Amino acid sequence: MTAAVRANRWLDAAAWRNLFRDRPLIPLTGLLLLLVITIQIADPGIVTLPWWGVIMRASVPLAILAGCQTLTMLTGGIDLSVATVASMAGFVTATFVNSPGGWVQGMAVALAAAALAGLVTGIGVGVFRVHPLIMTLAMSFVVLGFSNVWQLQMVQTGAGVPSQLRWVGSNLLLDVIPYSFLVFVPLTLLILLGLRRTGYGRLLFAIGDNPIAARLSGVRSPQILIVLYVISAVLAAIAGLIISGFTNTASVSLADTYLLPSVAAAVIGGTSIMGGRGGFAGTIVGALILTVLTALLTVLGLPEPTRQIVFGSIIVVVAAAYTRVTGES
Amino acid sequence: MTVTADLLLEATGVSKTYGAVVALKSASLAVRPGEVHALVGANGAGKSTFVKILTGVVHPDAGRIVVRGRERTAHSPAEARRGGLISVYQEPSLIPDLDIRANLRLTETPREPFRHWLGELGLRDLDLSTLARRLPLASLRIIDLARALAIEPDVLMLDEMTAALPANLTERVLDVLGRVRGGDRSVIFISHRLIEIAAVCDRATVLREGETVGVVDVTAGTEERIVELMLGQSVEALSARTAAVAGPESRARAATPRISARSLSSGTRLNDASFDLYPGEVLGVVALEGQGQDELFDILAGSERPRGGELLVDGKPANFRHPADAIRVGLVYVAADRAEALLMQRSIRENIALPFSSRLRHWGLIDLGREREKVDGAVATLQIDARAGGEVRRLSGGNQQKVTIARWVAGGVRTMLCFDPTRGIDIRTKTQIYRLLRDMADAGAAILLYTSELKEVQLVCDRAIVIFGGRVVGEVSAAEGDEPTLLRAAYNLRSESAVPEGVAAMLASTSSGADASTPAGPGPSEVPQ
Repeated sequence: MTAAVRANRWLDAAAWRNLFRDRPLIPLTGLLLLLVITIQIADPGIVTLPWWGVIMRASVPLAILAGCQTLTMLTGGIDLSVATVASMAGFVTATFVNSPGGWVQGMAVALAAAALAGLVTGIGVGVFRVHPLIMTLAMSFVVLGFSNVWQLQMVQTGAGVPSQLRWVGSNLLLDVIPYSFLVFVPLTLLILLGLRRTGYGRLLFAIGDNPIAARLSGVRSPQILIVLYVISAVLAAIAGLIISGFTNTASVSLADTYLLPSVAAAVIGGTSIMGGRGGFAGTIVGALILTVLTALLTVLGLPEPTRQIVFGSIIVVVAAAYTRVTGES
Repeated sequence: MTVTADLLLEATGVSKTYGAVVALKSASLAVRPGEVHALVGANGAGKSTFVKILTGVVHPDAGRIVVRGRERTAHSPAEARRGGLISVYQEPSLIPDLDIRANLRLTETPREPFRHWLGELGLRDLDLSTLARRLPLASLRIIDLARALAIEPDVLMLDEMTAALPANLTERVLDVLGRVRGGDRSVIFISHRLIEIAAVCDRATVLREGETVGVVDVTAGTEERIVELMLGQSVEALSARTAAVAGPESRARAATPRISARSLSSGTRLNDASFDLYPGEVLGVVALEGQGQDELFDILAGSERPRGGELLVDGKPANFRHPADAIRVGLVYVAADRAEALLMQRSIRENIALPFSSRLRHWGLIDLGREREKVDGAVATLQIDARAGGEVRRLSGGNQQKVTIARWVAGGVRTMLCFDPTRGIDIRTKTQIYRLLRDMADAGAAILLYTSELKEVQLVCDRAIVIFGGRVVGEVSAAEGDEPTLLRAAYNLRSESAVPEGVAAMLASTSSGADASTPAGPGPSEVPQ
């Protein structure tokens, strides 16, 4: 009798749906653990503390870039310029290593350039109402162009990834904790707190949920969008610095491969691309899921095309599951 | 009750729960062959959920639906259609960029019967090669109905189909329905207008709080009974305030007007609107659809800038570039369309706190304690049912409307602009909103209230202005603002006989039914040829 009742509860689709909708972190963490268990079965003994360290280290830049997507997607936008902005930041910093100001000046210039790009994007999206998809895509070409110009100017001076960035990007404390957490943890706290507890965070949700209602309530969305795209570009630049330290390379196309995974991580993490729904905690788990999934597919020794197909399919399945549970039922 | 075998459609014990909210507890419906059966209930009674279940859009948690003696489990509207149940909604389901002929082909509608019913409904001369989007909305609704009739369904369900039809077309529809009945086909008729139900329906099933609370044979005078069943209480409560409208006018007139509009104009609709709104009064705005009242409210709310004229707020000229400017000087706007006002995926709390917690310049953390205090205060004042408060879209229509008002109440109201705030919500919520508006005015706020339900003028307003053709053409005090007077004024008529016949007839019977919305219907221009 009790067993039957319990079985019923387990099979109750509506209860699962509600869980998925109201607490997406629980099923997401479940999916993550499932992947970890699978990889442990596929290659017994692989899951150790150092393995986790490597996974986290690889996830940090992805999570930050996915944070850019999360913030912009909350307002119903997207930021396709994160990859080129990130590459630009790493590259510009590297070109300053031999200059008098050194890598610190390089970072300052890189962040300022990113902020400028974000400002222009924000004005385009907020004031001139260009669709974010178009605006950020166009901006990514512009940034790439400037990066190339900079590359031609700087080809003589020589460049190298500063050792400090290499340390932050690739070293692990006690073989477990990546030093990039020094940057990532404060950023995460800032974003989580910002989204949940500040007026600005609420406004991002409001604009994405219903721009008309927000306007009628006295919200001036252009200002908010300008600030948003500046924040997004600066975050992308920070991620770019970490990536260049992690890979010990600096090139104008360094972060290109991160672009689509950053969108995927945000979507898997439960942020709606239509706006108004989501958060950064889910995005972080989403980034971990993608990293572990990549590791798993490598361990399984699948050929590259198969990996791509599996990777894509899982994203589709998770996204479809969200649509089912969050849609009108 | 009749024997089951005699019934064309029978639904018993239907229930549906959304999270913590019970939308339907135990709904039943029994439709006999050849009858027109009304399904009525205040908003939040579960009517829309029940309809969605019957048409296969939503799956019930429990309950049986039997059509012609066979149990049916429709998993989609298409299956329900094949099972012989066809619905016509308020919004016509025609594809705008196809012509009518192509639209008919999509649904495999037989041409000749369609033509026949179209003629019956008064659109004999329709050119089938017209693109759907080029036709007036009213015609599209008629086409939608003719299309459904042509398929000869066992059960035809009309869901608020007449709600936005001009009076003459409504009469035609009712007339046709009267003739469809008979044989073994039936109609389920859903409408807020009790007068229409009295005109065509044989029986009515009444829903309240998710349960079928009664089935009545419709005869003369059953409107009262239906309203009582819907309310679960006596009707008197509604009219309780009517007598209390005393002379705040003298008190009000002494002060500086909160709003002075001087010859405001906008677009082609609003030409010359002048009026004063004083602190401590509820000023009604009476107008037929499309007389410029939308434009007037847009100007006052800061959404649009006027083409001409002057607007004074507290005696000072106001020039709004954004709704934020209007809000800063205390003009807050409650929209009729809740989809325009609410963040549907966000919580009640975030929705109410939107104007005061969400400030860009407010970089620090939100003081959650103070916010909760304000929000809880507003929720209590408006008696919002906050059980499904995690997402506003899960609330009933009436509760949603309360949230849009609570947002401003939480911050303290100086001047509130309400555009038809009680449209499409149940009587109980309406009554609560009337009381709230009165209380706010008595506390010194100024309220401008556009209403499409003329009887609201006497229930809440101190006086009303009438807008016709983009001009303020008159002012009526609440004491003399009964429905016939207001309607004549709204049509800009002087003599009683000039009220169009259909409207007058409806009006006469409307006064007895409390929920029958008065057809402040579209002007003659919108009636299709």
